[in-house]
Amino acid sequence: MSSPTLPSTAPTGGGRRPRPRGQVLSQVFLIAASVLWLLPLLFALYVAVRPYSDTRKYGYVSLPHELTLSNFTDAWSQSNMGGFFWNSILITVPAVVIALALASGAAFVLTRVNIKVNVALLILFTAGNLLPQQVIITPLFRMYLKIPLPSFLADSGLMYNSLFGLVVINVAFQLGFCVFVLSNYMKSIPAEMYEAALVDGAGMWTRFWSLTVPLCRPALAALATLLTTWIYNDFFWAITLMSSGDKRPVTSALANLQGQFVTNQNLIAAGALIAAIPTLVVYLLLQKQFIAGLSLGSSKG
Amino acid sequence: MSPLTRTRRVAPPAGDPAGAGRRRRRIRHMTTVDRVVVAVLLGIPLLLSLAFIWIPALTTVLLSFTRWNGVGGLHAKACDPALPSILNNGCVNGVQNYHQAATNYPQFWPAVQHNFIWLGVFVAIATPLGMLFAVLLDRNIRGSRMYQSALFLPVMLSLALIGIIWEFVYSQDYGLINTVIGRDGGSDAIDWLGDPDLNLWAVLLEATWRQAGYVMILYLAGLKAVDPTLREAALIDGANGRQTFWRVIFPVMRPINIVIMVITVIESLRAFDLVYITNKGINGLELLSVLVTSNIVGETQRVGFGSALGVVLLLISLVPISVFLHQTFRREEKQ
Repeated sequence: MSSPTLPSTAPTGGGRRPRPRGQVLSQVFLIAASVLWLLPLLFALYVAVRPYSDTRKYGYVSLPHELTLSNFTDAWSQSNMGGFFWNSILITVPAVVIALALASGAAFVLTRVNIKVNVALLILFTAGNLLPQQVIITPLFRMYLKIPLPSFLADSGLMYNSLFGLVVINVAFQLGFCVFVLSNYMKSIPAEMYEAALVDGAGMWTRFWSLTVPLCRPALAALATLLTTWIYNDFFWAITLMSSGDKRPVTSALANLQGQFVTNQNLIAAGALIAAIPTLVVYLLLQKQFIAGLSLGSSKG
Repeated sequence: MSPLTRTRRVAPPAGDPAGAGRRRRRIRHMTTVDRVVVAVLLGIPLLLSLAFIWIPALTTVLLSFTRWNGVGGLHAKACDPALPSILNNGCVNGVQNYHQAATNYPQFWPAVQHNFIWLGVFVAIATPLGMLFAVLLDRNIRGSRMYQSALFLPVMLSLALIGIIWEFVYSQDYGLINTVIGRDGGSDAIDWLGDPDLNLWAVLLEATWRQAGYVMILYLAGLKAVDPTLREAALIDGANGRQTFWRVIFPVMRPINIVIMVITVIESLRAFDLVYITNKGINGLELLSVLVTSNIVGETQRVGFGSALGVVLLLISLVPISVFLHQTFRREEKQ
């Protein structure tokens, strides 16, 4: 593979004639940028694999005398990270599933049933997702303190400080984006399919559940990937609508961890990297869906 | 069923698939079960969105005209400036909260200024950088996918984690930068995140690190969707690479450019996590979002005042939101 096969293979580009000098410059620039972009992460990784005693003696920016994985196991065992991960799962999984289910229904009605206000409602959903969270937090915080929940949903007995409350707000907030993307997607389903279904006597539910939802599978997969990342990464709702650290999802619980291990930075680095693993895995495995989701939401318009 | 509808049923207007005749016919065709299904499918999400997004948003506006510490009830009496504040709790304060924010709240104007600096850096640095990455990657040079993954990696991380990870770069005593420039641990060590003249810029570097990747991926998707025959035509007309990009490709990407513009403004208004994890958003890192939060979840709950700050944020964010909605739904409303 030593011969430089110039990218005549470029699948999309007629007319993208590669100019050698430009190629070299681009390569150099992109290599430099990639190194710079990876540097903070790699440095955190380097801190995480060095023992505390080593960095204490020689400083963080020094050659390693010893490498270890014990920071990762210690961070895990000393800080209840397992519990925080479990909280994250209990929030993220139901929130993603419910948001997608509800958004599919709304998007279906707004694109396939002609009610006079459907554009207005679509705007209402879409705009809701664009508001900064802080615009609604004040009343939301008061509401969460007022709404009682049965004890099987929350041992606090309130929306406030309950995992259920976080699921609800994540669903409500992400609905807008999902409805917007799904309705754009559903518009591209040919009307003939619905006419055929009507002729076959399919009711509204059949047209939704057996016809529309299966056809939207690519969009749903893309949205699921995006939502998983966004909800897992949420920080704001978790720190404002929860008081106790031990119920928080993992990314916001790390803020507490930072205070707890303030002297042992190696442990914090390890903990932060452990918390980053799920989204990195999602990205590496589902890169295509993730990017498809982003472009589904943006290329329309 | 009116005779008018019946005629229309027999002969729907040709070439008008979304026309009034068909619309009416479809509604007439709905059975009771269908109506229930429609009501449930649309009703539940609508209720959720109203109850947890829109009613709170409107309540923020109402609360912003009151004075309330969150304890006890609200009432319709006007605040009496002669009374001590404890007796005034829950009263209608008019525009006093706004007045106080603008004139007697030292964090307010710095926060507004920081939000605009945030926006400026996103517009002037993060967005062009992301576009440059995308244009270079779109040329299918070797290793494109690797570079793309590396540059996009930060977008996958929680902003709170980004704050923690960059601490190792910036720390005064052991950070990467201070060590490399030989100032670690000494009295001349630079306190990147503690010095109020420096920390905003330090945090903005973290934000740019993430935002550029975000812009890159959106722009890359837009570039891939551009009709390749446009490039061919430009090439035949003798345009060079730069001319082709600025005169042909860039203009046809108008929708994506608007999306990126909107995201840029909204992300800079939403900025919160990074400054909060760094120093709770004080001492040089004030942002509107932080001020809202600290007024309602801090020890002193100033609900009305915090809401007024929230309304300021709302008013600013309505600008990009309207631009986006106008751009997106213009065509549909015409139909």
